[in-house]
Amino acid sequence: MTLKPLAPDLTRRGLLGMGAGAVLISATPLLAMAEEEDLQAAVKAAFGNRKINDDKVTLELPPISENGYSVPLSVRVDSPMTDADHITQIAIFSPRNPLPDLIRFKLGPRAGKAEITTRIRLSGTQRLIAIAEDNQGNLWRGGAETMVTLAACVIL
Amino acid sequence: MNNIRLAVPKTAKKDEIIEIKALIQHPMESGFRRGARGEVITRDIITAFECRYNDEVVFTAEIFPAMSANPFLTFYTRAVDSGMLTFKWTHENGEEWTDSAEITVT
Repeated sequence: MTLKPLAPDLTRRGLLGMGAGAVLISATPLLAMAEEEDLQAAVKAAFGNRKINDDKVTLELPPISENGYSVPLSVRVDSPMTDADHITQIAIFSPRNPLPDLIRFKLGPRAGKAEITTRIRLSGTQRLIAIAEDNQGNLWRGGAETMVTLAACVIL
Repeated sequence: MNNIRLAVPKTAKKDEIIEIKALIQHPMESGFRRGARGEVITRDIITAFECRYNDEVVFTAEIFPAMSANPFLTFYTRAVDSGMLTFKWTHENGEEWTDSAEITVT
């Protein structure tokens, strides 16, 4: 009489494979992280090498995000939003998510005010930046930091 | 699936700045997560949102996988005329979902 495996699909080879899988799972999120350079590259791809002023843009995140899968984000740009002077786009970037681009809004004088609220995913504690462009081509930047206690992408 | 919820004021004064909220039910699977066996969970992402006011585009969003499940946006527009606000979400595979809301401007 031969010994039967405990479960037909739970062989030694299978178990080893699962172990290797677990190592892969735990290593992959780290490999997939964007870096500060990726953020700079994404900003450059979107806006080129133009001068960015540290003014006018207010980015708001909670000081502590208990759930990285749903972090409330709001961005506001100080602009009269008239035909002559208005914001045309706002882009949000991350130094620590798998992709540095988070979201990009296009708006115009019809918006009345340049303010948007949404919910995003963050894979760890980080400082996000928001860059706004006005109709003259001027760029404005603001940032906000949040501490993420439960990161998105890491858990199953 | 893909239940859309909108919050648009039914009436507004001319040139009043109105708040608009738009939500669509969607998992927004990022493609960065793995299942119990280590396999990558297939990416499933809405990549574009557009709001038109009497057929004129007043707001758009380019969406990346960082958007939470059930994408939710709050933004503003100036009430110029009575008419229709239409909302459109586009999946990266080309699938579209739309909804609209009527507004009376006095």
